[in-house]
Amino acid sequence: MNLLVVVLFLPLAGFLIALLVPRSSPQGSRVWALALSLATFVASLGLLYWFDRNSAGEQFTIDWPWIAAPEIHFTISANGVSLWLILLSTLLTPICVLISWRSIQNRVKEFYAFLILLEFGLIGVFLAQDLFLFYVFWEVSLVPMYFLIGIWGHERRIYAAVKFFLYTMAGSVLMLAAIIYLYVRAQTFNYPAILDMLSSGRLSFDRGEQLLLFLAFFLAFAIKVPLFPLHTWLPDAHVEAPSAGSVMLASVMLKMGTYGILHFCLPLFPSAARTCAPWIAVLAIIGIIYGALVAMVQPNMKKLVAYSSVSHLGFVVLGIFSFTQMGLDGAVYQMLNHGISTGALFAIVGLLYERRHSLEIADYGGVATTAPWLATTFLITTLASIGLPLLNNFVGEFLVLQGTALANYTWTVYASLGVILSACYMLWLYQRVFYGEASEEVRHHVFDLNLREWAAVVPLIVMMVWMGVYSQSFLPPVSRNTARILEQTQVNVPFRVELKRGAEVSRAR
Amino acid sequence: MQLWLIPILPLAGFLINGLFGRRFSKTAIDAVAVGSVVLSFAWVLKTIFGLGDLNTAHTEHYFTWIQSGAFSVNCDFAIDRLTVIMLLVVTGIGSLIHIYSVGYMAHEGGYYRFFAYLNLFMFFMLVLVLAANYLVLFVGWEGVGLCSYLLIGFYFDKKFATNAGNKAFIVNRIGDFGFSLAIFMMVKQFGSLDFGTVFQQAAGAPENVLFWIGILLMVGACGKSAQLPLYVWLPDAMAGPTPVSALIHAATMVTAGVYMTARSWVIYTHAPAAMDIIAYIGIATAFFAATIGLAQNDIKKVFAYSTVSQLGYMFVGVGVGAFSAGIYHLMTHAFFKALLFLGSGSVIHALSGEQDMRNMGGLRKYIKWTFLTMMCAAVAISGVPPFAGFFSKDAILLAAYHHAPWIYWLGTITAGLTAFYVFRAMFMTFFGEYRGHEHPHESPPVMLIPLVILALLSVAGGFLFKVPEFLGTIFPAMEVPEDMTLMVISTAAGLLGILIAYVMYVAKPGMADSLASSVRWLYTVVYNKYFVDEIYDATIVKPVVNGSRAVLWKGVDAGLIDGAVNGIGARARNVGSVLRLLQSGNIRSYAGWILFGSVLVIVAMVAVTGGVR
Repeated sequence: MNLLVVVLFLPLAGFLIALLVPRSSPQGSRVWALALSLATFVASLGLLYWFDRNSAGEQFTIDWPWIAAPEIHFTISANGVSLWLILLSTLLTPICVLISWRSIQNRVKEFYAFLILLEFGLIGVFLAQDLFLFYVFWEVSLVPMYFLIGIWGHERRIYAAVKFFLYTMAGSVLMLAAIIYLYVRAQTFNYPAILDMLSSGRLSFDRGEQLLLFLAFFLAFAIKVPLFPLHTWLPDAHVEAPSAGSVMLASVMLKMGTYGILHFCLPLFPSAARTCAPWIAVLAIIGIIYGALVAMVQPNMKKLVAYSSVSHLGFVVLGIFSFTQMGLDGAVYQMLNHGISTGALFAIVGLLYERRHSLEIADYGGVATTAPWLATTFLITTLASIGLPLLNNFVGEFLVLQGTALANYTWTVYASLGVILSACYMLWLYQRVFYGEASEEVRHHVFDLNLREWAAVVPLIVMMVWMGVYSQSFLPPVSRNTARILEQTQVNVPFRVELKRGAEVSRAR
Repeated sequence: MQLWLIPILPLAGFLINGLFGRRFSKTAIDAVAVGSVVLSFAWVLKTIFGLGDLNTAHTEHYFTWIQSGAFSVNCDFAIDRLTVIMLLVVTGIGSLIHIYSVGYMAHEGGYYRFFAYLNLFMFFMLVLVLAANYLVLFVGWEGVGLCSYLLIGFYFDKKFATNAGNKAFIVNRIGDFGFSLAIFMMVKQFGSLDFGTVFQQAAGAPENVLFWIGILLMVGACGKSAQLPLYVWLPDAMAGPTPVSALIHAATMVTAGVYMTARSWVIYTHAPAAMDIIAYIGIATAFFAATIGLAQNDIKKVFAYSTVSQLGYMFVGVGVGAFSAGIYHLMTHAFFKALLFLGSGSVIHALSGEQDMRNMGGLRKYIKWTFLTMMCAAVAISGVPPFAGFFSKDAILLAAYHHAPWIYWLGTITAGLTAFYVFRAMFMTFFGEYRGHEHPHESPPVMLIPLVILALLSVAGGFLFKVPEFLGTIFPAMEVPEDMTLMVISTAAGLLGILIAYVMYVAKPGMADSLASSVRWLYTVVYNKYFVDEIYDATIVKPVVNGSRAVLWKGVDAGLIDGAVNGIGARARNVGSVLRLLQSGNIRSYAGWILFGSVLVIVAMVAVTGGVR
């Protein structure tokens, strides 16, 4: 039995069983969600264990006929990039269960059912190799998130949920059209087969055609990322979502966009991607600086973190469109980093909200006195988020900026400004929330982490340090896959030569 | 030789105290914190004796840190003669300051936290000096900045302290912006960040590239070593406990910029224009900061501006090509400035927290040991032979004269100012009548012993450790003839400064006040530090923050983009009906809606593209 099937269908089975748990036993729903998400995580660790780190190709491939006409297959497989994104999803789901334990008190059963369904959709998105199947999973993941925001969110949850929904739909409808168009041309939804036809010349697009198709895909992904100026759904969605929703949204769902760009846009439409690269890079850089500046003046913690995501995801997009090995590696690493550190930020902000029932920064101050360990974990996460070396984000940011510098040094100069600004907004946030004298409210309500919360936060802290100190545990499979993608786009030649020359010269001396 | 043990020991101390310190007794915390640093010092000594003359670097490879394509960065440590000096200064003075802190911090809250941070600082500082490539150096570089931030804001319930911490971190980030751009350019040019590779290839690289690398590295150094225009964080950093000011903001971390530029000497010698700029910034900073030091009344602020000024001298050394003289001054400055800070810590301790010199006076009768040891440092910094500062300052000024005489003259004037403000502080603190209301008491031996050791080093360190000769095999030789006249002039400037201070503050007290009131406007400008903070605030901080709030957030985000989005939404369909549709909670109707919309668009799309083809 293929392990991918286990990893993918455990959550689906779990979702169905979760619906059977009697409504009268919320604790049963919680325990079931935790057990199931942990089992899925363990299964995904098996995936990591049996993954061949020396192979660049797709692994654990499954190809089952699904729908006869039009011919749609259930094709899934994992590669060096999606492997880590799946692990990210399976790691964060149990953490989300833990942080929701007390904060979700109404419709507990449905909440956890949707959370597990969300996990199913997300894993499916990263595994699908049939374009139609990909689209199905893309939409499947949208539904539970819509309800998580719309039912368990804060005051303006309906507005936020609808905005989230409409924005995403606007993009994905275009993508679906492009997928159908591809089918009409290639007579298949099978992604590897289409790539094969492209490389062998049996299928080709003229310039305008390619550009339109690229933009249709890219728009769907760019909204999800979100790329400036398509980001305004994100702050609303984050602020209104329950903590678990914010964590999954920021950590994993945004990566659907960047993964899509990397996995589909680049190999399918390389020359259109290259043509648009300067424009997209400029938007990414604007996003980096703009997101950071707007984050700086937010009075609401979640909004601040949301805008910081706009800034961080700008780095990912910039790395991808540098078309260099380092840029792509850094972009993927940054996807994972952002998942870990921003996930942790939202999780801890959620813990603060649970105590003080406010997201306004002004309502806090002096938390370090009353909850020193909570303050410490938030500090480590803050430092990771602003790219301190030996923590995870530094490695990703370095690779992205370095890769970009090889492609276009001026871009790097502007993008690096984001590194200064991130320190401004995060440290200012930290100062206002954790330092200073504790008010009466804070002293009475904001207590330190309990055992369950420790269990939720510590894995993330461990990952921040591990990924920052020893990137070799993670990067090699990524590099193999991104090298393959670069080969498919055939555009990184000059930079590679430049680097090789440098290395050879140093060896010769 | 297990170089990794040197930084790992303090890291272990940090982890033990940081995780479990709250449950430890004071003795246990002391044992872990001080023990780990002293052991590290011992291991440095053992390493140095085990490695012989160290004319070539000894490198150790541990693991690959980052690899992507053909490019990789390794976690490597290396030790050569330059590293030896830095290691000795950092672990030696670090050990003394840890011991001193046991007494100084005895009655403070967060005792374990203080020592955990201090140990973490030692770890990063040692990584910085042991690094064998620029990126590992950058790890230490950012790490010491973090510890500086944490320790400046150690009293985190005080707003001014956490403000100062943020300022230090952010201003340093501006410097690091330059440093990281230099790194990106180096990889682009050399394909590697290893010191060996970069320096080997530097000779063949285009000069304008080397110039920019040099300038960008210098921007980083200006942040860390508090040079114009990025010095503003260091005076505020005095909000931290005094041992921190001594260790981080005087003896070690702030000299990292000097170390890094000296380490990069190959790049600079191939880009002389960049070196000139370093020298100009150095001398300008030295003079500028010294003038501010003249009018400060907070004892720590005086020494803070003095540190900025002395770092300027080190920059001059590097900038005029006298790299070993710069490092020489780095070492002697570590002795006497650490002593000045620890001494003022002892004064503050004696007066239960008083820092304003106007409330001091006559203290030499009450705290004799503190007075005597600080006097050694004061004489040393004033450049009086044969104390430590004389040798290193003289070496820098001599080299400066042969590079450009005006730098020498400005440096000599600065030396006079330095002697003046240091002795002004000494006289205001220790001479005359006591003007405060506390009952001064001498510090315990655990604080006095480090003071005495540092006093001995300030007296004899200059001729005991002949740094320029020791570093002769590392840096290019500089042919500078001895010049008795120049030496006499600069020494005389120092003595004159002491004399004027004596006249103004001991012989004729009251003269200083009447002088200040006769040039009131000048005094006001200097006393307020030329209003640089205010200018930065008005021209950079406020416009950025207010612009982000009013224009970007409220204007572009909420107004322009969201306005457009909501407008489209409202026009396309009545929002109310969409809401009702979606709120029904019926997944089937929702799915049907998606399907309907999708099919519609597909049909349209296929029709259009089909028609085009």
